[in-house]
Amino acid sequence: MTNDLRLALAKDLVIALEQGNETEADKLLDQIAVQKESQLFQEVGKLTRQLHDSMAGFSLDSKITTMTENDIPDAKERLQYVITMTEQAANETLTSVEGLLIVSNTLNDKAAELSTKWERFLDREMPFEEFKSMSEELTKYFHESKASLLEVKSGLNDILMAQGFQDITGQIIKRVIDLVQDLEVSMVELIRISGDSKKPGNAPVKEPSLPGPVVPGVDDKVGDVANNQDDVDDLLSSLGF
Amino acid sequence: MKILVVDDFSTMRRIVKNLLRDLGFTNTVEADDGKTALPILEAGGIDFLVTDWNMPGMTGIDLLKAVRANPNLVELPVLMVTAEAKREQIIMAAQAGVNGYVIKPFTAATLKEKIEKIFERIDG
Repeated sequence: MTNDLRLALAKDLVIALEQGNETEADKLLDQIAVQKESQLFQEVGKLTRQLHDSMAGFSLDSKITTMTENDIPDAKERLQYVITMTEQAANETLTSVEGLLIVSNTLNDKAAELSTKWERFLDREMPFEEFKSMSEELTKYFHESKASLLEVKSGLNDILMAQGFQDITGQIIKRVIDLVQDLEVSMVELIRISGDSKKPGNAPVKEPSLPGPVVPGVDDKVGDVANNQDDVDDLLSSLGF
Repeated sequence: MKILVVDDFSTMRRIVKNLLRDLGFTNTVEADDGKTALPILEAGGIDFLVTDWNMPGMTGIDLLKAVRANPNLVELPVLMVTAEAKREQIIMAAQAGVNGYVIKPFTAATLKEKIEKIFERIDG
């Protein structure tokens, strides 16, 4: 309502009151009140429109709904897959190592046995008949070790190949990190829109009772963790261990 | 020498078992948490316990407490091999009566050193 209009209405009201024209005065008062109310409704309407627009814009930009419905369960599955892949790689490697240890122990035992005999031969302490049998054993050993070393090579190759999990799991984890970053941006935006009264970081996530592996740069900031075995040993020895 | 290895991850049990074998300990049994480990221990014949901490069912610290509360097992040497690295946790394990504490990831040399130290103290 402009000032001129208000002034004009007020002047008319004074005249009407002075003249004792009750009907005219009531009419003018109503007119002033209506003007005032409609202005208030306009303001409320404007605010409602703004709120609606910003909420609509927010839900379009933020992707929070999609994230909650799809991306987060998706990320959980990805991380589960990382567990599966790393377990598989560890098992493949362990199977190879277990097999190779047997092969290398056998080769080692036989080599030790033959080397003792060879020493006796060099010291000229070996009868000819025994030398003949040792020669046969040596020939057999060379054949066996050739086959065993091929087995070792193939086992080492299996171990090498099993390490391929690192590439795959690395990529999966990177994707999850990207999602977490997107989520962080959206959450910050949500906090901004919902007002500054609740600043982020006021309510830190409660630490689990068994925090598990120390992630460098994340879990070792406060200094209440042992970063390595030396820290553990120092702490225990300070307790009289 | 019969050793019980308790860990919920089978890969870790395999790694520990292989390292123990390399140290000359060939007689090992496995359990995947405290709940399955305790009956094996109570049945007798186990000379050494290697346990993880964080396991479903029954944790390693609760297993340790149960072992120390049992008159037949009170002297059993217990080595904790765990990723739990909070100082308060290590102190808690020490107070519960653990004989050694190794944090993951660990090396074969560390495991060997701690096991040897435990047996030195028992023999000495």
